[in-house]
Amino acid sequence: MTDNITSTGEEEEKTIYDELHDAPPKKKLKLTWVGKLGVTVVAFWVVMALIGPYIAPFHEADIIADDSYLPAFSTDSEGTYILGTDYLERDILSRIIWGARTTIGISFVATLLAYMMGVTLGIGAAVAGGWTDMILSRANDAILSLPSIMLGLLIVVALGTSIPILILTASLIYAASVFRIARALGQDIMVIDFVEAARVRGEGLWWVISREVLPNAAMPLATDFGLRLVFVVLFISSLSFLGLGIQPPAADWGSMVRQNLSGLGYGSYASVWPALAIASFTISINLIVDDISAKSGGSLAKKMI
Amino acid sequence: MQRMVINRILIGIVTLFVVSILVFVGTSILPGDVAEIVLGQAATPESLAAYRAERGLDQPLYIQFISWLQGMATGDLGISKAGGATISSLIDGRLGNTMYLAAIVAVISVPLSIALGLLAAMYPGTWIDRVLTFGTLSLISVPEFFIATFMVLILAVNLHWLPAISRISPDATFLEEMRGLAMPLITLIIVVSAQMIRMTRAGILNVMNSPYIEMAILKGVPRKRIILRHAFFNAIGPIVNVVALNLAYLVSGVVVVETIFAYPGLAKLMIDGVQTRDLPLVQACAMIFCGTYVVLIILADVAAILSNPRLRNPK
Repeated sequence: MTDNITSTGEEEEKTIYDELHDAPPKKKLKLTWVGKLGVTVVAFWVVMALIGPYIAPFHEADIIADDSYLPAFSTDSEGTYILGTDYLERDILSRIIWGARTTIGISFVATLLAYMMGVTLGIGAAVAGGWTDMILSRANDAILSLPSIMLGLLIVVALGTSIPILILTASLIYAASVFRIARALGQDIMVIDFVEAARVRGEGLWWVISREVLPNAAMPLATDFGLRLVFVVLFISSLSFLGLGIQPPAADWGSMVRQNLSGLGYGSYASVWPALAIASFTISINLIVDDISAKSGGSLAKKMI
Repeated sequence: MQRMVINRILIGIVTLFVVSILVFVGTSILPGDVAEIVLGQAATPESLAAYRAERGLDQPLYIQFISWLQGMATGDLGISKAGGATISSLIDGRLGNTMYLAAIVAVISVPLSIALGLLAAMYPGTWIDRVLTFGTLSLISVPEFFIATFMVLILAVNLHWLPAISRISPDATFLEEMRGLAMPLITLIIVVSAQMIRMTRAGILNVMNSPYIEMAILKGVPRKRIILRHAFFNAIGPIVNVVALNLAYLVSGVVVVETIFAYPGLAKLMIDGVQTRDLPLVQACAMIFCGTYVVLIILADVAAILSNPRLRNPK
């Protein structure tokens, strides 16, 4: 969220193309140190999600320690528990590392699905117009007019909790906001001169969408993907926190916070670590998005606050 | 303008109707028969049929929907699966508790966040602005339970200032009551204010790009005066819009916060209902929450229409 008044980035060399309102996006993307920090943290968690189970000291479901809520760096015959143990005498560090795969993986798949649905329907609605656009937009408004957590609760009470249902629920709810953005972008691009030129030239609809509309919508959509991923992580963690998301014994950051909450009373930090893991991931993505949209003139950020 | 407002309200009513269909159908496709769930395994076929006839469960779905909607409108919310108490008696005190919590949050957070948003907009790029924008960005990117957990850790566990669980007993003094409420209040205020501060700041800075502000700058009016005398009054519309929207966000904040602090409100009742799969209860609570949300969003839109002179006096 930045604007003309506050942006203090280095002046870049201006070319004549920068004057055009539909100038091609610049290839080079310079991030400030805040953005680089965000990239580092996100990259760390992605690596953890990929190789975590191979490097974690213990298995996520192993009940190994002698006692629950052991403080950090406790040692016993099995080894050292760097972040201590949880309410079921499991190693917290291992569960956080395993949880990266569950939490980030499920959220990523759900966001990807949401994007496939939202972008297809959104660009489709923008290109088709007329009745198709009208019906899709109204249906979309109905979904958007409900608090997402309420929708989630209703679906969970109707269909129960399982990972496929969780992914579908999250992707359906967030496809609605993707639809709105993709449709708005599509409509903006469809009236730009080069698209009209392409149509006059006699290019087919598919050619126009794939060669003109999508490349021009790609950058804003990519940035928005980051934001949407944050919302999905928050949504899924909140459901898990309420005990209605990912079910035990799978380690998941949201439910880890909930399960170890009683430990706070005994001075155990068991629920603080997974909460910090969520926060570091989501804040970092937002920092990157913020940095990129500040560089692209802030117009994108304004749309999305 | 009247036509726009009426239009918006009509769309809202249609939305509410669609929402009620979603809530009803969504919870009706649940596998298993309500009569069997209520009467248990020992039920005879006769008693099942009698129960279905009594509750109207043998009727087609749309008739059930209409009678459910009628019940909703007249305050007859049906009977809870667990214990057989009427849902209106279960909701009765709970709804009041939640409204009480939400009202205090609104009274504190609205002036607070408008003031802080103004402050950030008044000195953009300074350290005040940077701290506020970075802080609020961090706060809106973490889940509500993260903030709640840290509040418990700091205020209850380390400092022993406040109780970690909020119980309200009827004979508590006002001070005791506030102490009990403090934790959920602080959490909700932080969650709601962060968003509102950002949007207030953005609203003001958006107005700052208009030509008459440029004029004022060229005249040499000091920045503080421009914000307070020129920009603020023109940003009131968007800000009212933001306030209504954020009070609507309270709906989802309340779900998590009531659960974590075991606050006896409507959201806690609903989550308990979801866990025991008490359908009629969940339907009733969901309708109340979604209804409030839709109404607040309509208010936000109407406020936006009313505050924009161009929409108020169309050419």
